[in-house]
Amino acid sequence: MLADTILVIIWVGLTAYAIFAGADFGAGMWDLLAGGPKKGSRPRGLLERSIGPVWEANHVWLIFVLVYLWTAFPTAFVSIMTTMYIPMMLAGLGIVFRGSAFAFRKWAPTVQGKAVLGTAFAGASVVTPFFLGTVAGGVASGRVPLGNAAGDPWTSWINPLSILGGVLAVVICAYVAAVLVARDAQRSGLDDLSEYFRSRALAAGIVGGVVALTGPFVVKADAPTLYEGLTSTFGVVVVGLSVLAGLASLVSIYLHRTRLSRVLAVLATAGILWGWAVGQFPWLLPNVLTIEEGAASPAVLIALLVAFVAAGLIAVPALIWLLMLTDRGVLDADQPVHDGSTEALLTALVAEAAQSDSAA
Amino acid sequence: MNADLLFAAASELNLYAARYQMAFSLGFHIILAGFGVAFPFITFLAHRRGYTKRDPDSLRLAKRWSKVMAVLFAVGAVSGTILSFEMGMLWPGLMGPYGDVIGLPFALEGVAFFVEAILIGIYLYGWKRLPARLHMFVLLPMTVSGLAGSFFIISVNGWMNGPAGFSIGPGGEIIDVNPWAAMFNSAAVIEWLHMLIAAYMMTGFLVASVYAVRWLKGDRSRIVRLGFLIPFTVASIAAPIQILVGDVAARRLIEAQPAKFAAMEMIPETRTNAPLTLGGLYVDGEVRWAVEIPGLASLLGTRSLDGELPGLNEIPVADTPPVNVVHIAFQVMVGIGTALLLLAAWFGWSWWRRRGPPEAKLFWVASSFAGVAAIVALEAGWIVTEVGRQPWIVWQLVRTKDAVSLSTGIVASAITISLVYLGLGIVTIIVLRIIAKRMAAGEDVEIPYGPSKVES
Ligand code: HDD
Ligand code: HEM
Ligand code: HEM
Repeated sequence: MLADTILVIIWVGLTAYAIFAGADFGAGMWDLLAGGPKKGSRPRGLLERSIGPVWEANHVWLIFVLVYLWTAFPTAFVSIMTTMYIPMMLAGLGIVFRGSAFAFRKWAPTVQGKAVLGTAFAGASVVTPFFLGTVAGGVASGRVPLGNAAGDPWTSWINPLSILGGVLAVVICAYVAAVLVARDAQRSGLDDLSEYFRSRALAAGIVGGVVALTGPFVVKADAPTLYEGLTSTFGVVVVGLSVLAGLASLVSIYLHRTRLSRVLAVLATAGILWGWAVGQFPWLLPNVLTIEEGAASPAVLIALLVAFVAAGLIAVPALIWLLMLTDRGVLDADQPVHDGSTEALLTALVAEAAQSDSAA
Repeated sequence: MNADLLFAAASELNLYAARYQMAFSLGFHIILAGFGVAFPFITFLAHRRGYTKRDPDSLRLAKRWSKVMAVLFAVGAVSGTILSFEMGMLWPGLMGPYGDVIGLPFALEGVAFFVEAILIGIYLYGWKRLPARLHMFVLLPMTVSGLAGSFFIISVNGWMNGPAGFSIGPGGEIIDVNPWAAMFNSAAVIEWLHMLIAAYMMTGFLVASVYAVRWLKGDRSRIVRLGFLIPFTVASIAAPIQILVGDVAARRLIEAQPAKFAAMEMIPETRTNAPLTLGGLYVDGEVRWAVEIPGLASLLGTRSLDGELPGLNEIPVADTPPVNVVHIAFQVMVGIGTALLLLAAWFGWSWWRRRGPPEAKLFWVASSFAGVAAIVALEAGWIVTEVGRQPWIVWQLVRTKDAVSLSTGIVASAITISLVYLGLGIVTIIVLRIIAKRMAAGEDVEIPYGPSKVES
């Protein structure tokens, strides 16, 4: 029971990662497809503005998932990490390239330099979710045996369900990002950009739907245990909800209801992850290790709960504050709150300091 | 060659590749992490000065530093993410049996890091958007989360040096896990203090050295003066404390990890009145080419010439760390620590006599190298701690060779990681130089996390 609770918490973290970091990755992909420096500059600017404020904090969700996994389910964790060494390493390199290229791009002294860093940023945005998706597919299809590098280093992640997982991850990221950015543009009154991302969201949504349609066949052939779980009543309900949310989100974006489509796209994404969880329950590693067998001792699980509550009490209010601030900032960005120069800003600050002092 | 031998050679190579990859990525990360720990407070000092004295130059410094902080934080976060991958990918024999024992501080560090990342975002966005006082005070919880985060992560390393918080059952299984006791292990607090102060020294001296170089180039503007004085003062206060803390850390090892201590001090045989060995190499169980100061090691270690210090002869050969590496690294750290103390003392003396930094060119030349020296000391300190613990990954419990992953391809990934980090390091330095140039030219520069504009 305790172990299930921790797994639910881990899955909440995984969902947050899929959505927040997924939007980041997707933004990187659209950046890649935005065209030459001139044509692409406005969409790129918008993408950067929409993901700028929170992007690096998003790795925290992945770290969170890894740390909770290794603490609550250490044997499963090391089995996965050592068997999936290659895709994990590639995803990790993708994260390094992405994060640093994004941070550095603004500084590149030349246009070529900017282009190289931009390509590194965008390319890594495709590669990282793809490899993480192949890992998910490998785990779900029961290709990770217990032990130190016990699984096959190649076929564990090059197999039908892994490829499906990788491709689906990439398409979903693109979809979520386009929907979120379209919404952002509409709200800021940038109608042409909103239109731009709306059509891209539709395209990605349709591709995603087609890929997802092959899902049942691949799962049936490649991952019988998962298939059994997914076709149970509960499994059908979760998957059905996800499919409905996905369809509804497509329709609402078609109807320019970007705000609604944003919520629905998030639900559809979450539905896939929770469908996987339901389908695989009670297995941690299908047919190899159950959640109960793989769990750490209760003292450890309770400590994890304490850490989770602490995170909720401390980090969540801070995060809300940041989001409120950036929301205001984003709204104001086209009429900067100060006139942009450091001089004006500092004069104003010093004056403000003097003022609040004399008030006190 | 027979297959067994080939296999043994391959797994030996795997072990070296894994250790190298871990050391390299940690050594890279720790520099950036150190900035994350210490920079917010140093920026706070500048910001507070600007606010209370209505001094635009100090505020300007705070604003510039916060931008550098953002870039370093971004690189620190991605290199840290890789570390959490590596813990599982490279060391299943550590994370499998003991992942649950040491997981709690990692989870708590995640909280601390998350809070710090959010607050950095708020601080960068806050210029002119937040009330001035509130905006300044955002740097304080950031400082606290740096303190907390570094404690959590260092406590894991402390646990590897002094495992606690569990028992071993009759069948060799781990029972009675108490993650809180594991976190507050016997090495955690001293290691944390030492690392914390190292972070303040490194950041302080390094930031100051940027302005020392500008000073040497003839720039005597007020902003250069302040940009030097604020961080240099912090580092100068930290330097003497660091030596006291290092002394406590060293004496703790006599009991706790005698093998590490004997290697550090290069003591071949347990004895009283042990000399302090400067330089030298340990060859075939003998110290060669060293300068020995009679009795000083005993005096420093036990506060008495008659104090007995443990020697390498008591350690089974299979349990002996690489003596030369540990000894040299230790001397580098202590040597640099002493040199930085002298530099700080010079500064302090000059300040006491004439309320200003020394005029002598030598002082400014030395100061422009102090930051890099502090980084070298910090890396050397980690080599002492980590290599000195060998052959154990968990002190006297798990051997490193039993913990390593059996996957093939570690050699390839170790090479890849080195090249990528080398490139990353070079680009980081280039970017920081560009930032510095543009800021010195008075441009308002954009940064990741910070507000950006879209032309419409
Ligand atoms: C600016 C950096 C710096 C400076 C000037 C010093 N140290 Fe240090 N030292 C570190 C940075 C560092 C470190 C990198 O932070 C380490 C690695 C692990 C740790 O806890 O701190 C370390 C480890 C470390 C250890 C190993 C602790 C262990 O394994 O448990 C000892 C014995 C000392 N130090 C002793 C000293 C002494 C006697 C110094 C006097 C001059 C000194 N250090 C200066
Ligand atoms: C909490 C913090 C840390 C943890 C959990 C940790 C963990 C590890 C692990 C698992 C290894 C490989 C096994 C071994 O060789 O013992 C290792 C080795 C090493 N680490 Fe650390 N480490 C930490 C901090 C650091 C830092 C910050 C540095 C660097 C500057 C560092 C430097 C090294 C070195 C040099 C080695 C290689 C030792 C050798 O192979 O002989 N460590 N560490
Ligand atoms: C010994 C020294 C270490 C210190 C002082 C330290 C400190 C920090 C700090 C302050 C950050 C925030 C980024 C920044 O400020 O630049 C950070 C990030 C990070 N560190 Fe380290 N770290 C250490 C070692 C490790 C080790 C051994 C691991 C993992 C095994 C690790 C994992 C991470 C991760 C995953 C992040 C980014 C996200 C997060 O913290 O949740 N660090 N670290």
